[in-house]
Amino acid sequence: MNTLNRRKFIKLIGHTGAALTVMSALPSCSKTSARVVVVGGGFGGATCAKYLNKFDPNLSITLIEPALKFTTCPFSNAVLGGMRELSSITHGYGVHEKRGINIIHAMVTGIDASNKKVTLDTGKTINYDRLVLSPGIDFKWDAIEGMQASDALTIPHAWQGGNQTALLSNQLKNMRNGGVVVIAPPGNPFRCPPGPYERASLIAHYLKQHKPESKILILDAKEKFSKQPLFMQGWQQRYSGMIEWVSGNSGGRIERIDVKNRTLHSEMGEKYTADVINYIPPQKAGAIAHTAGLVNNDGWCPVNQRTFESTMQPDIYIIGDASIAGKMPKSGFAANSQGKVCAAAIVSAINGFKMPEPSYVNTCYSLVAPDYGISVAAVYRYNKDKGIYKVKGSGGVSPKDADAEFRKLEARYAAGWYDSITFDTFG
Amino acid sequence: MQYKPPLQIFIFLSLIHVGNFSLAAGITAGAMLSNSCSACHGTDGKSPGAIPGIYGKSADFISQALTDFRNGSRKSTVMGRHAKGYTDEEIKLIADYFSSL
Ligand SMILES: Cc1cc2nc3c(=O)[nH]c(=O)nc-3n(C[C@H](O)[C@H](O)[C@H](O)COP(=O)(O)OP(=O)(O)OC[C@H]3O[C@@H](n4cnc5c(N)ncnc54)[C@H](O)[C@@H]3O)c2cc1C
Repeated sequence: MNTLNRRKFIKLIGHTGAALTVMSALPSCSKTSARVVVVGGGFGGATCAKYLNKFDPNLSITLIEPALKFTTCPFSNAVLGGMRELSSITHGYGVHEKRGINIIHAMVTGIDASNKKVTLDTGKTINYDRLVLSPGIDFKWDAIEGMQASDALTIPHAWQGGNQTALLSNQLKNMRNGGVVVIAPPGNPFRCPPGPYERASLIAHYLKQHKPESKILILDAKEKFSKQPLFMQGWQQRYSGMIEWVSGNSGGRIERIDVKNRTLHSEMGEKYTADVINYIPPQKAGAIAHTAGLVNNDGWCPVNQRTFESTMQPDIYIIGDASIAGKMPKSGFAANSQGKVCAAAIVSAINGFKMPEPSYVNTCYSLVAPDYGISVAAVYRYNKDKGIYKVKGSGGVSPKDADAEFRKLEARYAAGWYDSITFDTFG
Repeated sequence: MQYKPPLQIFIFLSLIHVGNFSLAAGITAGAMLSNSCSACHGTDGKSPGAIPGIYGKSADFISQALTDFRNGSRKSTVMGRHAKGYTDEEIKLIADYFSSL
């Protein structure tokens, strides 16, 4: 049966008022119904492809991702902390393939929205009925002086997984005892708001054991950060005197980096020389979203926050970090949650049934130490006026006065979360 | 004989005759709410790690747990914060969805 038949069928039985009861038992048959192409096999894209297939096994789904294996950013700070190997946070696409999802390892270089096709770096073109983009982030290298993309080989951002994580990890391993590590996080919005502070924590965990004379300096572009009181309490308890945080207005905001001399210059004229620099540039939607003209002036993709369809091009959906998703943070959890809602929106639109009201969740666990976890969580809904908003009364951060047992349990659940979300995304 | 079967039935029968069909999952409100649980509890509530699974639990168990998390009578790390995001009706939809898997 093709989609058209099914849509007609639903319309017909809809007249009898029985659509809802019959729908779940609706037989569907064709192997080649609508073609959905998903670009990007990270948290958003891999989840969306999987749930498209779960919701409607007859869709013809193609997932396009250059990497043979995906190494996550979540738990990459644990690699820096010496608690994990990169191989333990690397995932393949074998299960997707078994589900019948067509995997193409290539880069999408162009999107022809009027003829509904994408071009690959191999020269091949692929037609779609609906296109999903989850390309993640790209960097605004021109935000400060002295740095360009190729300098990331000397001054790693480690804000995309894999090689960059390995690079920063090696620099930390090779650093002298008594060295200074600078972490320079960007202003909002950016990928993983608590990420730089978890990173400071777990690098401190590593240094405390192996290079205890060393220091970590966080030169922030911001005045405050995610879970700040909880992080600072944890640093006090575990790494007293080791981590210093400098806010943007007190000299943290960097305007120039001298790569050769490993020196950062702040807006206010201070100079900081470091042994290891982890400069995390300000961000924008992944390059392909820019090439395809799907971004606003800030460099992110405006979407209908109920379906994640672009407000700039019909039948193209953007999820994950690249999208503007109301109150949701840019996290792997959020990208996973959006991937499911977007899959539901597409399957509903293709089959002509009404999409249920979306519901979104986010929880960001951070490790202050291997046995010390903290979290921030929220449940989100959508309405026309507010877009995606946080449900009143839901969510919030871990209690400030929690005991060691509570922190230990949250650390255990952080690892449990990693196992579950990577299973939900790649498994 | 002038009997004509209603069109609906006719289409339905013709559908069943096409081979290789599976069930297209109708996307219910319960599925929408519950799918967001799986990022922590695993797809279909099957948790591979340290977080308790939901798969195989009864509707009564699930709705009782969520209600108790929500009013604080059952202690939790994060579930209290999540459960406060759902009404009684939504808790019932979630409980019914997971128990039906
Ligand atoms: C240090 C760190 C720690 C983090 N910890 C957490 C955490 O604990 N919890 C959490 O929820 N989130 C965490 N995050 C955030 C999380 O990594 C991102 O929010 C998430 O990866 C976003 O998913 P995405 O699908 O938008 O992008 P990604 O997961 O980055 O996936 C994008 C994919 O698209 C591919 N791609 C890009 N362009 C193209 C193209 N043109 N053609 C084909 N493919 C393309 C890329 O190769 C990539 O695989 C962390 C991030 C960092 C940096």
